[in-house]
Amino acid sequence: MDTITSYAHIKHNQVSVNGEIIFQSYPSLSLPEFLSEAYKALGVSYPKFHKMDAQCKLGFLCTEFTLNGTSFLTENDITKTAIVLSNAASSLETDRVHQHSIDDKSNYFPSPAVFVYTLPNITIGELAIKHKITGENAFFVSEQFDAGLLVNYTETLIQSGTEASVMGWVEVDGTNFEAFIFLAEKQKYTNKNAIFKPLNKTSVITIYNQTIWTH
Amino acid sequence: MDALIEKLKGQIIEQLNLAEVKPEEINPDSPLFGEGLGLDSIDALELIVLLEKHYGIKIQDPKDGKTIFQSLRTMAEYIKSQGKS
Repeated sequence: MDTITSYAHIKHNQVSVNGEIIFQSYPSLSLPEFLSEAYKALGVSYPKFHKMDAQCKLGFLCTEFTLNGTSFLTENDITKTAIVLSNAASSLETDRVHQHSIDDKSNYFPSPAVFVYTLPNITIGELAIKHKITGENAFFVSEQFDAGLLVNYTETLIQSGTEASVMGWVEVDGTNFEAFIFLAEKQKYTNKNAIFKPLNKTSVITIYNQTIWTH
Repeated sequence: MDALIEKLKGQIIEQLNLAEVKPEEINPDSPLFGEGLGLDSIDALELIVLLEKHYGIKIQDPKDGKTIFQSLRTMAEYIKSQGKS
């Protein structure tokens, strides 16, 4: 049985790791302000972060918080590590920014740095670049978080050689945002560690709903 | 020339989202790509947009970019040579 070994959830201007809130900012902070504060709280220096769009920043932060303190990247073969993400809005938020930059034909300066983020799977690319992960990847667009879809797809990858997977949901649409990332590894599940859970739909739904948000 | 270089520093930091870079940390003679600021290919396109947006300069031949964007100073010299500073 494959095992979920760590997870993080970002929502309501709060960051939760393995069900416990570890960082929160004022509810009134905008998404860019919250992302900046969360980046400072993470305590890493990764200049490329500042060039990312909001969705990639959110996915990056949630993944970093998930990986923090784990041996996921050192104990697994990164060439056999998959990244499987999903959301509902695709890259709509950045699509809007790009559209706005080309609306006015008399002030027509589309930004290449914005345009490159007008695909949702760029979030996967940013994670792969950061951690040199070269395994399988897929980005699904579904109306809502679909634990079964992620688990079923990852199981098919595992049958064809994937040994570990970074999985989850990274959504930005206007002022609404949420990221939920979990790590699955090909190791025998035991119930000795309360954080570890078997990789199945029920477990994923359980950890998705585990955090008690304070605002 | 120095004033233009200082102005360019601010514009580059803003346009390329170099949030962790301070203007005084940018050496006008350091390479913009590879070492130095470590800019990438998307940044190169952003610099082309910057020249057009702020100085009305269109680079006709992309090959010229290699010389123009060698350093902050070469950028400033190119802007001056176009009479657009």
